[in-house]
Amino acid sequence: MNQSQIIILPAKSSYNSTAKFAAALLLLIVIGAVFAPWMTPYAPEKTFFDGLTIEGAPLPPSLKYWFGTDLLGRDLFSRVVFGAQTSLLIGVIANGIALVVGTLVGVFAGFLRGWVGSVLMRFTDLMMCFPALLLAIVLSAIFTPSLWIVAIVIAMVNWVQVARVVYTQTVSLAERGFVEAARSLGATPTHILFRHIVPHLVPALVVYGTLGIATTVLLEATLSFLGIGVQPPTPSWGNIIFENQSYFTTAPWLVFIPGAAIVLLAVCFNVLGDALREALDPTLGARRT
Amino acid sequence: MTHYLFGRFSQALLLLLGVTLITFSLLYVLPADPARQIAGRSATAETVASIRKQLGLDLPFYQQYGRYVSGLVHGDLGRSYAQKTEVAEVVASRLPATLLLLGAAIASELIIGLGIGLFAAAHQGKRSDSAVMLMSFVGVSTPQFVASLVMLYVFAVALDWFPIGGYGEFRHLVLPALTLGVLGAGWYSRMLRSSMIDVLTQDYIRTARAKGASEMRVLLHHALRNALLPVIAMIGIDIGLFMGGAVVVESVFGWPGIGQLAWQATQQVDIPIIMGVTLVAAVGIIMGNLLADLVAPLVDPRIRLY
Repeated sequence: MNQSQIIILPAKSSYNSTAKFAAALLLLIVIGAVFAPWMTPYAPEKTFFDGLTIEGAPLPPSLKYWFGTDLLGRDLFSRVVFGAQTSLLIGVIANGIALVVGTLVGVFAGFLRGWVGSVLMRFTDLMMCFPALLLAIVLSAIFTPSLWIVAIVIAMVNWVQVARVVYTQTVSLAERGFVEAARSLGATPTHILFRHIVPHLVPALVVYGTLGIATTVLLEATLSFLGIGVQPPTPSWGNIIFENQSYFTTAPWLVFIPGAAIVLLAVCFNVLGDALREALDPTLGARRT
Repeated sequence: MTHYLFGRFSQALLLLLGVTLITFSLLYVLPADPARQIAGRSATAETVASIRKQLGLDLPFYQQYGRYVSGLVHGDLGRSYAQKTEVAEVVASRLPATLLLLGAAIASELIIGLGIGLFAAAHQGKRSDSAVMLMSFVGVSTPQFVASLVMLYVFAVALDWFPIGGYGEFRHLVLPALTLGVLGAGWYSRMLRSSMIDVLTQDYIRTARAKGASEMRVLLHHALRNALLPVIAMIGIDIGLFMGGAVVVESVFGWPGIGQLAWQATQQVDIPIIMGVTLVAAVGIIMGNLLADLVAPLVDPRIRLY
């Protein structure tokens, strides 16, 4: 696999420009999240005395509070920027774990086969029978939620899809001519695995790594919205909406701004992942959750 | 044919058995102790122990699992200790609402999604195609709760066309079904578009065009039917997904289905109810996939069951 192949986007120009735009936007979001303490006017947990109306309602967007204030009189803009940190952090951790576990299971089952392999794949079949959200709800009910637990729960739900893709690819790669050739030249199984099989899995993993972050971001937001994800006062886009639901009709920006942020981030990862798929391996499909 | 059906059914049964093993194992490892929950806080250690014995919680894993499965076969999903009711009864009472929403949601997904997918496939590569496909990306990237709240704000609060929630009349069904429909349409339109584009490159389409068939006829009569196969598989998945209840949409719109039940149970950490719903959902997914496999040959006779 040539390194440069990974970053070539499809030749179709309209598609290409959308994907580039998504990538640029993502870069902006990542910079905003990493440098959140310097990008925000206020601390996300600071409640302001003048942050609420006399009746105690949140303030609409203004010059002082760009996105308005939330139900406790905190600056919504600062909370949304720090929320990006939470989303991306969980996105990367959860998706990273899912990729590693899924790849290990898929390669193991697809390359070594045997009864361990079939047991592993039957287990992934079983996991596919559960809706991701319900499974995540069950797991979150078992563990006390924290940022790490949320990430692990999401990973426990999402590794299955990666495992299936890696398994199918490994099985078909193992039967290809160049693997046969390497074997007849006396290559050890370890050599074949790491020099001939794993490098060919990289495109699929790049595609799934990108699309998977979108799924993860959405699942985290949903769990936090249901109150079993990231716990306040740590801001996450989902729990900002969860906290402010009661002001929804009178202060809709408290729901719409973080909501738009979730959609924007997920669209970016989906567009980018789809462009990468078209460039790297058009046969890969996405799973609906 | 019978051989295939037999194989497919026994496969589904095996999956079902595996699913119960997972749900039971999760129940088994749970930190919450049902005996303690029934006995209450002030109960003595002896009382808790006797309740545990009575419930068979002192038995080894495999015996407890056997009891659990034989209970399931008899329609016993366990007891909710928080609500002091049978899980099966609660779930069954919520099922009609979920099924109603399921039907309405899939119908609107199909109408919106297939319309958009056909349009995009017919305008492939044009600006309108990319615009519509970007919209479908927004559909697949919007979490249900955000979409629900937007629909709620626009159509129930600002325009006041529909009630903000409830159950019983047609007007209550519109917003939750449309919310699921608009989001699901993102998946259906992308899927139909790519499978249409696939089909449209085939020889028989060129033949149809050469014979002078209008573009409309080529699309709807020749291409669509063969492009529908992946859509049918998707409907199967959808039936499964919605059988577990659209947890978020049902909760936001106050729709009394099993999704809302699961959410309420989450608030009370009522594990037996959550497990019951999960089991129903898993059964739904297995049945949905089975159904899709059985229906596929009816649409495309080239696929034979054997």
